[in-house]
Amino acid sequence: MLPDAAAQNPTAVELEKVVPGAIVDFKTAADCPTLYVSSHSIISVTKYLKDVAGFSRLSAITAVDWWPRQPRFEILYFLHSLKEDTRLRVAIRAKETDLIESVSRIWRGANWYEREVFDLFGVQFFNHPNLERIMLPVDWEGYPLRKDYPVHGHKYSYQDE
Amino acid sequence: MKEGTTHVESLDPQHELQVADPSGFELPQEATSTARRMTLNMGPQHPSTHGVLRVVLELDGETILNARPEIGYLHTGIEKEFEVKKYQQGITLTDRVDYLSNLGNNLCYALAVERLLQIEIPPFAQWMRVLLCELSRVSSHLIWLGTHALDLGAMSVYFYCFREREEIAKIFETFSGQRMMTSYIRIGGLALEPPRGWQKIVGNVIGSVGKGIEEYHNLLSSNPIFMDRTQGIGGLPVETMIELGVTGPMIRAAGIKMDARKDCPHSSYEKFDFEVPTRTANDVYARYEVRMEEMRQSLRIVKQALDGMPSGPWQADAPHVLLPEREKMKTEMESLIYHFKIVTEGFRVPEGSVYQVVESPRGELGYYVVSDGTAKPHRVFMRTPSFGNLQALGAMLEGVPIADSIAIMGSMDFVLGDVDR
Repeated sequence: MLPDAAAQNPTAVELEKVVPGAIVDFKTAADCPTLYVSSHSIISVTKYLKDVAGFSRLSAITAVDWWPRQPRFEILYFLHSLKEDTRLRVAIRAKETDLIESVSRIWRGANWYEREVFDLFGVQFFNHPNLERIMLPVDWEGYPLRKDYPVHGHKYSYQDE
Repeated sequence: MKEGTTHVESLDPQHELQVADPSGFELPQEATSTARRMTLNMGPQHPSTHGVLRVVLELDGETILNARPEIGYLHTGIEKEFEVKKYQQGITLTDRVDYLSNLGNNLCYALAVERLLQIEIPPFAQWMRVLLCELSRVSSHLIWLGTHALDLGAMSVYFYCFREREEIAKIFETFSGQRMMTSYIRIGGLALEPPRGWQKIVGNVIGSVGKGIEEYHNLLSSNPIFMDRTQGIGGLPVETMIELGVTGPMIRAAGIKMDARKDCPHSSYEKFDFEVPTRTANDVYARYEVRMEEMRQSLRIVKQALDGMPSGPWQADAPHVLLPEREKMKTEMESLIYHFKIVTEGFRVPEGSVYQVVESPRGELGYYVVSDGTAKPHRVFMRTPSFGNLQALGAMLEGVPIADSIAIMGSMDFVLGDVDR
């Protein structure tokens, strides 16, 4: 089940033992590895990473839109271990209609970051204490950071003039 | 935004039971009833929020029962703007995010893209970046100190701080032609060759700012009014602060030695000898002490950079990324082609993603740059320190008198451009 690339990473190997089948993909980058996990296991994965693996800090949560590729969203959790001073990214691939469980009960600080992802990408989280728009007005239509959202105005564009 | 009354209804009824009263006496029963509660809008045009932050305060007399920061008034969609600009054009956007530490933002973005491009930066440019970033840290802390002291009623400190800060702004102007939006750190090195005689200007400023900092220390550190207003307030349990995403001087004033300059060294910071000041008191006064000490340490770094500045080129050897010299462009065919290609098409960045962290004056600043192999970034995400820090404001204000909220907000040193992006 564990992807071959992840076999070298001790955190991934340990995680596979605790939450079998959670890791679906593994990527390395110049700074730190990215663990792709299945969206329904995000709570058990983050709980393990925080309590056992020592990633006590959630640095940020964001998303990347890969439209028109499907599933279009990649939701990223930037974790930081203060003790070891290592970093790790946990990622979920999600469709537009997917509901993601909020990690705000693992880290309270996830609250605003998830609101921001909801606000700008339209990703829906459940079990979130207060999922409403944070940057944009409550009556705003559309999700600006999606790739199919125009840069120059939603309803009105000076290019039309 | 709807009117404040709707928020009262949506409040958790349990809040009635959780009234923390710092003076220790029991509040009379009717004081906590909803009838005596008042919802007060602080901001978005309130001077002590230093920008357009709105805090919806739920008050019982003078005690804050519940504080809810409302952000987004300065949301400009910079992250979306990045996606339609070429990599080299993005630098000018980074200045506008945290407008008090522009060079830190320039540096973080440049480092992230350089890591994707795998460009090696010559030592002179790296040291110069460190020197300028530390000067910008001092300048940012000076603005914080001046406005924080002004909020607490010390008018003269404000004028003194802005006097010293102006000296540093003049240095930036000599280097880049701009006082604030410098865009001086570029992908692959610096924007321009440092001006002749820069050593002298920087040396003078180290002396005058260093003297100034000691002067403010004398004015404030043992001032009984300042101590009364700042000691013992604004604290949260350290674990809660970490969970809420607090970084920078605030977390260091709570005893956690977290500094990206030491933890993940970038741009030659490992070659400098400096301390990361920490305090354990975890209150507004401890944050003041940490920032004062940080300014001294920053000046120490600037001094070291000035004394040991290596010689060499100020730009990397990467003709496909950096514009050629004007003279070469006019005389050499190859340089002309590179110039034409970079200006019209930009440069392609290999596919991949990177999260680069630097220590901004406010805390952990991170740029997550995703490249899809073209000349424009697929996504740029900014993990800005003010956003994480501000999230703790609601928890910090719960149960404190309203007058303390000014001191607590001042001690957080948020920049709204940095919060809203």
